[in-house]
Amino acid sequence: MNSNQTPDLPFKGGSLDFDLNRREFIKLVGGGIVLYFTIGEIPLLAQRRNLPTDFNAFLRIGEDGRISCFTGKIEMGQGVITSLAQMLADELDAPLDAVDMVLGDTDLCPWDMGTFGSMTTRFFGPALRAAGAEARSILLELAAERLKVPVPNLVAENGIVFARSNRNNSISYAALAKGKKIERHSTGKVGVKKPSEFKIIGKSVTRQDATEKITGKAKYAGDLRFPDMLYAKILRPPAHDAKLVDIDLSEAKQVEGTVVVQERDLVAVLHKYPDVAEKALSKIKSKYEKPASDLDEKTIFDHLLKVAPEGKVSSASGDVQKGKHESEASVEAIYYNDYVAHAPIEPHTAVVKIEGTKVTVWASTQTPFSAKEEVAKELGVPSEQVRVMPVFVGGGFGGKTRNLQIVETARLAKLTGKPVQVAWNRKEEFFFDAFRPAAIVKVNAGIKRSASISFWDYHVYFAGERGAQHFYDIPNSQTVVYNSSWVGAAGTHPFATGPWRAPGNNTNTFARESHIDLLAAKAEMDPVEFRLKNLSNPAMRRVLQTAAEKYGWKPAKAPSSRGVGVACGVDAGTLVAAIAEVQVEKASGNVLVKRVVCVQDMGLVINPEGATIQMEGCITMGLGYALFEQIRFKGKEILDQNFDTYEIPRFSWVPKIETIIIDNKESDPQGGGEPAIVTMGAVIANAIYDAVGVRMYHLPMTRERVKEALKKS
Amino acid sequence: MKILEEIIMPEQIQFKLNGKSIQLNVDGERKLLWVLRTDLGLTGTKYGCGENLCGACTVIVNDEAVRSCQMMVKEVRGKEVMTIEGLSKENKLHPLQKAFAEHDALQCGYCTPGMIMNAYAFLRKNPHPTADEIIGAMDDNLCRCGAHRRIVQAVETASQKMEGGY
Repeated sequence: MNSNQTPDLPFKGGSLDFDLNRREFIKLVGGGIVLYFTIGEIPLLAQRRNLPTDFNAFLRIGEDGRISCFTGKIEMGQGVITSLAQMLADELDAPLDAVDMVLGDTDLCPWDMGTFGSMTTRFFGPALRAAGAEARSILLELAAERLKVPVPNLVAENGIVFARSNRNNSISYAALAKGKKIERHSTGKVGVKKPSEFKIIGKSVTRQDATEKITGKAKYAGDLRFPDMLYAKILRPPAHDAKLVDIDLSEAKQVEGTVVVQERDLVAVLHKYPDVAEKALSKIKSKYEKPASDLDEKTIFDHLLKVAPEGKVSSASGDVQKGKHESEASVEAIYYNDYVAHAPIEPHTAVVKIEGTKVTVWASTQTPFSAKEEVAKELGVPSEQVRVMPVFVGGGFGGKTRNLQIVETARLAKLTGKPVQVAWNRKEEFFFDAFRPAAIVKVNAGIKRSASISFWDYHVYFAGERGAQHFYDIPNSQTVVYNSSWVGAAGTHPFATGPWRAPGNNTNTFARESHIDLLAAKAEMDPVEFRLKNLSNPAMRRVLQTAAEKYGWKPAKAPSSRGVGVACGVDAGTLVAAIAEVQVEKASGNVLVKRVVCVQDMGLVINPEGATIQMEGCITMGLGYALFEQIRFKGKEILDQNFDTYEIPRFSWVPKIETIIIDNKESDPQGGGEPAIVTMGAVIANAIYDAVGVRMYHLPMTRERVKEALKKS
Repeated sequence: MKILEEIIMPEQIQFKLNGKSIQLNVDGERKLLWVLRTDLGLTGTKYGCGENLCGACTVIVNDEAVRSCQMMVKEVRGKEVMTIEGLSKENKLHPLQKAFAEHDALQCGYCTPGMIMNAYAFLRKNPHPTADEIIGAMDDNLCRCGAHRRIVQAVETASQKMEGGY
């Protein structure tokens, strides 16, 4: 199996007879008022790929007054099911609990690229609000006819339209939709509300899906049950690209009730109980030839630098050489980070059921529409015959954007003629993860006597471009990107790599903000003051100053032995600054993060509580890649196979977390699910330096590495 | 057929599940997690690691929080097993469930049943814990979304609302 191939996101070709689909889902949704709308940037992409261009989401006001929004986005914990409903309800002047979000059903929902990149609120949000505003204006027109009152004299509240002069003269949205079959395309001409008019946007709302999740009723892919469903366990190689040279299935076949399948590279045991299938799988005797490779987590960096493609200048200003000559002092450093796993608690899972020509898929995926195409291609059926159904996804973080498990489930469903479930175990999850790539950043930068930064020469290998660009006032600078994607060409990474929460930006922010601190130390200046001196962007200044104020920052040059550090970053349009306090146990090298203050400017905030939760989640998850998480491997064999050796953040690691979201209602909403994680590497590295005067250049900053660095200092 | 015997040895196993007596005819060495999830259709209990490392499969057996991925079904013979599905009584949410919802102590929700069951057993033993005691008790339950601090708050709130651990 070639597990090294990551699908070319966002989408792989395939044609779609959209008129047919559209007629079908109009039939499916029934009567009422339907408004079709488009997400700003997507149609171009769709056009190029022969996909629906006229709209890619719609909302419906039903005869029962329920308001449904159909979109291909999915819910994996980030809370969009709640924030999208808030935007729609507010623009529609409808109660929040009248809104049903229908997410990720590929038959009911028009095509969507996938749920990643903190794009749901940024790109889908404005389109949804505009659609809501437009639907409201249609309802007001209908109400004007029914109530015999002109539109300007009407007011809508909580799903009911009133005459301003006589509140007894009123009609509900349900009554307005009754018996109607109105279909409209949004014109984009109806304005959305001003922030001062918001009733639901900007209010904290608890999760809409909480009840299902706290009672165990929420259905994830692995919770689907069909009477004749078989659970499949698949034979796996000991290393990527290992070749199967010998196999004996006889003992496995003797286990009662098992179905043993062998087709090309796919060997699986299926049973009505997953644990029996697993036990039977262990009866297979197999021999593999591992590919020769002497790469491991230590030698990988030399290898990567050797195979790196030509660099591309992604941004530049002034003249770096000139800047070097004008510098009073300069600092050069190389930063590294190891491969990191996504490790969602729900491993990749899929269920596929084939009935006649109909293929139905339930799966943990961030890209249901890609999954639909991939299954169709694998089974050799038109994609119209494949429907991916919505289920809850137990964490994604970018790791559920490729759909290997869905394709193998589809193959097995076809081969056995039964509904099949494939649920990877933890070892498979680690083995097949598309890791955050190991990466290298080389930075050379200098300052003038005045402590202003004179030049910045930044070279990033294999992390990609996101977050590579600095935001300081530097007259002479260049940012050079070697391999702009998180995936490398063949022969680059020994296994699959892919997008990991704020892809590339964790690496880039670690390098940039560590290096800014090196310059501050060179200038013998306080790190916050040094940043402010070299930063004129007012929004970023405000974020940083707010963080310093909230923390109670007292200027001092590092190392001050207090163990405080600062870092700034930009991700998905959101500005973030973090200040952390750490304690370094010198004997063990253990770093204890005691307090993190994080400030974010993310434009308009839909659900402040939801946004705060995402910040807390980012800070907590970020402790992992900063301090502990690293994939160990030998050639193409993955040595970390479970949470015993691969440590992810625990309750006892979590510092005191204080978050502030800057009030900036007038700006468009920006990303929320990823930004706060990008500062975690640098803020901790800078705090360690402040605590013990040791600079950490390699993520994660494990106990061993900190101890080693202390020894050398 | 040696292999057949080794794998399938059905036996009668009786235990109480969420307050009701049940009798199963199963291979007693199968793990409780899979019997709950497949034979009994109680899918609230989740698989996360299979090696006693994450706590997603936590259920209560005779008042103790146990990892159902490690426990053989024959080990619960004659005992009382409670899963997340048995926590709300007469459709009324348990104070822990309410507190998890109120504090937004979950994101993807996959670790949530295990978190709640582990907290339940803990609060039965220690009805009024300090925050540090909660952290200590919950430390071996893993959450990847980063809901930890809210989970601690939820357990604290629930401890104030529960009477004697119920």
